[in-house]
Amino acid sequence: MTMPTVPDARGYFGPFGGRFVPETVIPALEELTAKYLELKDDPDFQNELYNLQRTYIGRPTPVTFAARLSEYLGGAKIYLKREDLAHSGAHKINNALGQALLTKRMGKKRIIAETGAGQHGVASATAAALLGLECVVYMGSVDMERQKPNVFRMKLLGAQVCPVESGSKTLKDAINEAIRDWVTNVRGSHYLLGSALGPHPYPMMVRDFQSVIGIEAREQIQQMAGTLPDFIVACVGGGSNSIGIFYPFRDDANVELIGVEAGGRGIESGEHAARFADEKISRLGMLHGTKSYVMQTEDGQIMETHSISAGLDYPSIGPEHAFLRHQERAEYTYATDEEALEAFQLLCKLEGIIPALESSHAVAEVIKLAPKLSKDAVVLVNLSGRGDKDLDTVINALSERGK
Amino acid sequence: MATTIQTHGLAAIEKAFAQAKAEKRATFIPYFPIGYPDYATSLDVITAFAEVGADIIEVGVPFSDPLADGPAIQAATQIALKNGTTPQHCVKAIGELRQRGIHTPMVLMGYVNPFMAYGYEKLTADAKKYGIDGFIVPDLPADEADDLQKLVDAHKLGLVYFVAPTSSPSRIRLAAQKSRGYIYLVSITGTTGAKEALPEELTQNVAAIRTVTQHPIAVGFGVNTPDQAKQLGQLVDGVIVGTALVKAAGKSVDEARNLAAALRNAL
Repeated sequence: MTMPTVPDARGYFGPFGGRFVPETVIPALEELTAKYLELKDDPDFQNELYNLQRTYIGRPTPVTFAARLSEYLGGAKIYLKREDLAHSGAHKINNALGQALLTKRMGKKRIIAETGAGQHGVASATAAALLGLECVVYMGSVDMERQKPNVFRMKLLGAQVCPVESGSKTLKDAINEAIRDWVTNVRGSHYLLGSALGPHPYPMMVRDFQSVIGIEAREQIQQMAGTLPDFIVACVGGGSNSIGIFYPFRDDANVELIGVEAGGRGIESGEHAARFADEKISRLGMLHGTKSYVMQTEDGQIMETHSISAGLDYPSIGPEHAFLRHQERAEYTYATDEEALEAFQLLCKLEGIIPALESSHAVAEVIKLAPKLSKDAVVLVNLSGRGDKDLDTVINALSERGK
Repeated sequence: MATTIQTHGLAAIEKAFAQAKAEKRATFIPYFPIGYPDYATSLDVITAFAEVGADIIEVGVPFSDPLADGPAIQAATQIALKNGTTPQHCVKAIGELRQRGIHTPMVLMGYVNPFMAYGYEKLTADAKKYGIDGFIVPDLPADEADDLQKLVDAHKLGLVYFVAPTSSPSRIRLAAQKSRGYIYLVSITGTTGAKEALPEELTQNVAAIRTVTQHPIAVGFGVNTPDQAKQLGQLVDGVIVGTALVKAAGKSVDEARNLAAALRNAL
């Protein structure tokens, strides 16, 4: 099975994607698209990025065979792609560094970023410090409260962190505010969007910068397991870590791709961020410049979502995921807060790895999946980030549950 | 006048510009969202705009994520949402205003997702029924709007696209080619809201648009005072004021009426 090349020139992944933004930023998106397509094939740019990936991010990140977890679950062999070991603690740096380099090439000196869990904010602040760019990060005040260490990190790295008090005070509102800043300062600033969503060219460009995950993993897993994986499992908020690991495997028909959304307090509760799991409240719509599934009221107002992990707490999903699902190339499921917490603790105890709560959703799916598989089966999990930032959240959640 | 057959849709918008032109002045185009500070008051504010001689009224549809709006309109539309305002209320509000005898052309201004949820077919069909003359959708650029455009043209309604200070000649041509009624020139890069001074580059922006189209040009984002309106009125065909009127209406309907009258009289 060969997947069609997406997106098209207008940024469409089949019926999803596009460019639904105020006219003021359209010229900036056109400039960005042209510059990106030029640099994508520019050996100088690619070398500069490659060298920084090696010497600064610490790539390639390893793949770890999770021997004790595999044994405990009693089924498939489980391998972890260790994006938690990338500099600054998550896969977000892959994209942030790529776009920050692009910003310099465009002659701009200021980057604007939004952040939910704080990982993209930290990655942007890191890349900005490295390359000498000014960095402004918008973050919902609710997220600032639950991700305090990351707020402090960003400040240490020289970024200005702007609290966002509008709407649900989380990621979606931070994106609104970042776009407002960009509309105002479009001539000198680049919007360093952190996930595979937003108007064209972001879903394509972020996917490309994150594809390094899948490109490396494809080689590593074949060396270690002697085969391509049977399953790849990754969590999906906006969808950048998952598209990054899925994309280089898209034409490997025997590799099943599984995206895991945030099931929050359960689908029936309505308090979740599982855009593909709840047909009652998630329909085709437009949010932040792209056409995809959006959790919304009957009247088209965007709904507030819930997840224990700030990074998955977003009412829409990147358009390429909608397309992969539409093409039946990838499957999407969800894990609840409860299941993610269990998975978090299990990985700590069995593998000595503290995963991000986001990545814990992927591990939670593996806990369900692996026991059903034969011992020859190979499951590759994208461990998208480390969980140090989540310790407060986990401590509170466990004490609420009397544990 | 109630017995006169009223023009509707694109024709009504064009007539408003023609009339102002005959009077050698620019049109006055106030914006106001339904549901702020509450439903009844928002209708009174819009009625006041019509009474003081607004040429066209942009009626706002509140949205949860208004990313083209500055703090004042964000705050007002969030209050409107808390009051339970829906796109249906906004459509029906225009019907109610027509029943009050208001014949001023009214265009519905809102974000693409609520309009999509309402359904473009129903929206354009309801336009005739309730007296909506056209649409403005800030996050629906001219090259993404084919579905809506076809229906708008079939129903002979207005559809207003934006030109920004950053727009390239090809984007200006596109907006000119697709706009029905007028072109909305954004005075500044930024969100809605009153600014201290209007930028000098505005004159060049207007000239660039004039070279490609005969469409009327209305300027918005950052128009604050009657003095600014007067200056602008000499340059363009329409002056759009939103934020300043929303702030005034936050005090009282009379404040909004007085400011609207002063703005209208400055033209």
